[in-house]
Amino acid sequence: MTILDIAGVHKWYGDYHALRNVSLRVDAGERVVICGPSGSGKSTLIRCVNGLAAHDAGEIVVAGETVSDDPAALRRIRTRVGMVFQDFNLFPHLTVLQNCVLAPMRVSGLSAGKARDMALALLDSVRIAEQADKFPGQLSGGQQQRAAIARALCMQPEIMLFDEPTSALDAEMVKEVLDIMKALARAGMTMLCVTHEMAFAREVADRIVFMDEGQILEVADAQTFFTDPGHPRTRVFLDKISL
Amino acid sequence: MTFVRSAPEPVLPPPPRGRDPAASSTFGSAANIVTTLVIAFFAERSLPHFLAWAFTNGVWRGDAADCRDAGACWIFLHEKAPFILFGIYPEAERWRPLLVVSVLIGLTLWTMPHRHWTRATLLTWVVGIAGSLLAMAGGVAGLTPVPPSAWGGLPVTLLLTVLSLALGFPLGLGLALARRSRLPLGRWLATGTVEILRGVPVLTLLFIAAVMAPLLLPDGMRVETFVRALVVFTLVSAAYLSEVLRGGLQGVPRAQMESAQALGLRRREVLLIVVLPQAIRKVLPPLASTIIVVIKNTSLVMVVGLFDLVSAGRVVLNDPAWPMPYAETYLMIALVYFAVCHGVARYALHQERVLGEGGR
Repeated sequence: MTILDIAGVHKWYGDYHALRNVSLRVDAGERVVICGPSGSGKSTLIRCVNGLAAHDAGEIVVAGETVSDDPAALRRIRTRVGMVFQDFNLFPHLTVLQNCVLAPMRVSGLSAGKARDMALALLDSVRIAEQADKFPGQLSGGQQQRAAIARALCMQPEIMLFDEPTSALDAEMVKEVLDIMKALARAGMTMLCVTHEMAFAREVADRIVFMDEGQILEVADAQTFFTDPGHPRTRVFLDKISL
Repeated sequence: MTFVRSAPEPVLPPPPRGRDPAASSTFGSAANIVTTLVIAFFAERSLPHFLAWAFTNGVWRGDAADCRDAGACWIFLHEKAPFILFGIYPEAERWRPLLVVSVLIGLTLWTMPHRHWTRATLLTWVVGIAGSLLAMAGGVAGLTPVPPSAWGGLPVTLLLTVLSLALGFPLGLGLALARRSRLPLGRWLATGTVEILRGVPVLTLLFIAAVMAPLLLPDGMRVETFVRALVVFTLVSAAYLSEVLRGGLQGVPRAQMESAQALGLRRREVLLIVVLPQAIRKVLPPLASTIIVVIKNTSLVMVVGLFDLVSAGRVVLNDPAWPMPYAETYLMIALVYFAVCHGVARYALHQERVLGEGGR
């Protein structure tokens, strides 16, 4: 069953053509990794999925809802799409727990008690339950990113977007975040993941999308992508990064 | 050559830091020694005079006659304090302004700790302010009506301060947001409003409100001077607060807004729950300064004939029975202002520390 359908999407930043006729279909439960050099439009693409960036042409349908500039429709989509950012973007003036219960209470209308129980359970699943009452600034980068994942999961999303979730982390903390993401993948979460972690992509991804200069150059299953890439640009890319 | 550590380096205390900073700033350099001596010289010259005036020769009991050729006339303040604090408000009804002052101060103290920052507190403030205005004005519940032109002293100062800040803050926030908006018209209007209000002296604005407004209003429509002054103070506080808030809003990373939006929060929730608290935290020092300026600006209302603390003080000095103790009266008024303004400053410092704990 298709849960995300991106069809013929274009996006311009001024005169710069950031997304050029991008089409991609993601099934429920599928794990898709998007990779490519910087400036290739990977982040822009996933930011279009929940409307943080507005596409200029084409259509994006998320779980039956079309992405438009209608605020109510956008909010409905955003409650079903979780997003994790490169710089965590936890709210620094709220505790980890408050970060997690904010949207469930305000947007989903959960009671304080229910939201708290769910948040604590999810914080436990990302193994930082004991940090619940601390402020983000008191946590390590890896802990903050795990808290951010828990915060997104608290909305019980049907699809999770990851925008280079490990790029801002110290080398020693990358693994703890990737482990959580792997566990999430095993649990059957639909994931659309922009990352440079090729080992992670190889282990987790059902399909790998390779982008360059705003276009999708290649979509392949992980095995084919790494061993027998079709597009010459993909081969150059894979040669340049160390595996 | 390879190296593998076999024993850990010891962890050592830091080397001694030299002289005590207080001692070195008093006597540390030639310039500091000169400064210290100059200050000591003037203190030695003036302090005994002040102490003699205030205490040795100060008049603490007796009556007006005792104050002739004496030091500080403290009994004057004892006698006139009710008038300085409550102005020309009818003497028999002074319990009403006293109640209002107590309620406003009590509410302020109650609101200080974070755990009291609730919707109920906000509601209590609205009720408290409305009740205060009613209590001052009377005409309900068998209270004698007292027009705002007869209000005076501390309640006028406090009511003007609290109301102009409470109304000016949302207005200022609106102006700050309009100035950042994508719509050129909103930006242009907000910038124009702020620049005009900041570019004209408050005194001039008060005169405009007092003298020109009646010419602009339709015939037969009269607006109390108190309300006109309040409008001026509200607009001026809004203009200054908007610039302070704009500075804070600019300091909150766009990513904060985006991650709040990505969670499905509404625009209003993004602003009030995520962006504004962070913005305010960044601008606490200038915010406290602006609030203090607003408090002190209220003393300008005397030019339009309202009796605040300062103008009430000027009135009591005209009593011919007394030898016009200016210094004592203004010292007392200064102390009241200082207590309030210093309280605001200390509270802002405390908030900086408390809010800073969780901060990056």
